[in-house]
Amino acid sequence: MAKNEIMTINMGPQHPSTHGVLRMVVELDGETILKIDPDIGYLHRGVEKLSEYRTYHQTLPLTDRLDYLAPMSNNLGYILAVEKLLGIEVPERAQTIRIIMTELTRLESHLVWLATHALDIGAMTVFIYAFREREAVMETYELISGARMTSNFYRAGGLSQDVPPEFEKKVRDFVTTMPGYLDTYEGLLTNNPIWRKRIIGNGVISAEDATDIGITGPALRGSGVDFDLRRDIPYAGYETYQFKVPTGKNCDTFDRYAVRIIEMREACKIINQALDRLKPGAVLADAPQVCYPPKESVYNSIEGLIHHFKIASEGYPVPEGEVYVGIEAPKGELGYYIVSDGSSKPYRMRIRPPSFVNLQAIEKMAKGAMLADLVAVIGTLDIVLGEIDR
Amino acid sequence: MSDKNRAVEKLQGKFEASILEVKQDRGDWIVTVKKEAIIAVLAFLKKECAFSMLTDVTAVDYLGTLDDRFMMVYQLTSVAHKDRIRIKAPVSEADCRVESATQVFGSANWLEREVFDLFGITFDKHPDLRRILMTPDWVGYPLRKDYPLQGPGREPYKGRLS
Repeated sequence: MAKNEIMTINMGPQHPSTHGVLRMVVELDGETILKIDPDIGYLHRGVEKLSEYRTYHQTLPLTDRLDYLAPMSNNLGYILAVEKLLGIEVPERAQTIRIIMTELTRLESHLVWLATHALDIGAMTVFIYAFREREAVMETYELISGARMTSNFYRAGGLSQDVPPEFEKKVRDFVTTMPGYLDTYEGLLTNNPIWRKRIIGNGVISAEDATDIGITGPALRGSGVDFDLRRDIPYAGYETYQFKVPTGKNCDTFDRYAVRIIEMREACKIINQALDRLKPGAVLADAPQVCYPPKESVYNSIEGLIHHFKIASEGYPVPEGEVYVGIEAPKGELGYYIVSDGSSKPYRMRIRPPSFVNLQAIEKMAKGAMLADLVAVIGTLDIVLGEIDR
Repeated sequence: MSDKNRAVEKLQGKFEASILEVKQDRGDWIVTVKKEAIIAVLAFLKKECAFSMLTDVTAVDYLGTLDDRFMMVYQLTSVAHKDRIRIKAPVSEADCRVESATQVFGSANWLEREVFDLFGITFDKHPDLRRILMTPDWVGYPLRKDYPLQGPGREPYKGRLS
C-alpha cells in the first residue's frame, strides 16, 4: 500500500457496536478518522405517514416502537400532545403513576446505555449486572400492561387501567435496592484505570457547539449546559418534584457517563417521592367523548357497549389546532408536533427524535480520533435507530 | 399564559412588513412570516432574543386547503429564558424552495435534509442536500398528501377481510 493512502471503510449496518442498523462510511488515515458519513434509514417504517391514516387512539401503539428502549417516554410525549389539543385534565393518580413509569423507563434506558456502552469498550461484567436490573423494570412493565417492551399503557385522559396492588411494593423494593446496584457499577467503572483512559478526553464537544447542533438530554448537560425540560419547561406535573440536574464541565465521554449515573440516582428519588403521594382514585379523566367506558359497563349495558364501539370504530374528534410538546426523554428532547384539522385522525404528526439530532454531532466528536474511539462516541451518544429512522 | 411574548413584540417591531400572522394556540406562540424573511427572522431571534437552539425543522402539506401548499415549521427553544417560539413560513408548490437555516443553526442540517427527502422542498445554500431516510434513488416524496400510503403503483390496502 502506498504510504499516504486514505482508506475508506464501511462500518455497519450490521455491526455489534452501532446499536442497531447504523451504517457509517469512515475515511481513515491509518487509524485516524478523517471523515464520517452516517447513513441512516434502514429502519424507516414511515410512522409519521402511517399516523395520518389512523385515529389518535390507533396511533398510540406506533409510538412505543420508536425508541423501543424507552416506550413509556414515547407514549407520554404523544399523549401529552393529544391532551393539550383536547384540553383535558388528568386525574392525580394517573399523573403520579405516569411519573413513576416514565422515571422507571429512564432507568431502563440508561441501564441499557450503560450496559452496551461498557460492553463496547470491553467491560463485560457491567453488561450482565445492568441487564439483571433492567429485567426488574421489564417485569414491572409486564405487571401493569401485560407487555415487556411495547407497553401501550397511557391513554388520552389517563391510563388504560389501574395498576395491580403489588405494583407499589415492587417499585419501592426496586428503587430501594437500585442505589446499591449503582454503587456496584461505579465500583466497577468510575475509578477503573482502563475505563478512565478510554473515555476521559474522548468525544469532546463544547457547550456552544452542542447547543448549535441541537444536542439535548444528558449529552447536552455533559457539556455543561444546565437545561432539563423536566425542570425548565415542566410537563406532566414534574414541577412538584424535587430533583437535582447534574452537569459536566469537561464535555467528554466521562462527564456524560457521570451525568447519566447521577440521573439514575435522581430518578430513584423522584420515584420515591411519587410513591409517597400515590393515593387511591380514578385513573381516567371524566371525559366520555375521549375515554373508553369501564369494562363492566361495556359487558353489562347497551349504552356502554355503544360508547365503546363508537370510540373504537370512529375514534374521537380532536379540535382544530396545532401543538408542540417536548419532553425530557432519556435520550434528550422528544418532541411531538401535531396538526389537527378537527377530524379523528392527525392531519400531520411530526416526531422530533432526540437521537436523530444528537447523531449529527458524531463527526464533530470523533474527527481526528482513533477508529476504536468512534465506538465509544456512538455509545456515549446513546442512540436508538428505531427513533432515528422512525 | 400571558397575552404578550417577549420575542413576538420585538419581531413585530423589526419585521412588520414580513409578518403574515401572529397567534397563540393553547399557549404556544406562532409567528408566520414570508419565506424570504425566514433567515433574517431566525438570525434575529438567535442574536437578539437568545433563542439559542433550533429544536426542530419540519413541514406540513396543506394540499387543497391553503393557497401555498407547504408550510415550513421551525421550533426554537431558549435555554436562557426557558421558553419556546414557533416560526412558520408558507412555501408554494411552484416555487418549492427555501433558503437553508444551516447558516444560522447547525442543527438544521439533517432536519432540512429530512424535509427535502420526505416533502421535496429544496433548501438553497444547504451544504449537503441529499436524501437521508429514503434510498438515494427513491422517486417521489412520501409525506406529501398525494403520495399513496402503500407507495406508488400498488393496490391500496382495503382493510382486514375476516
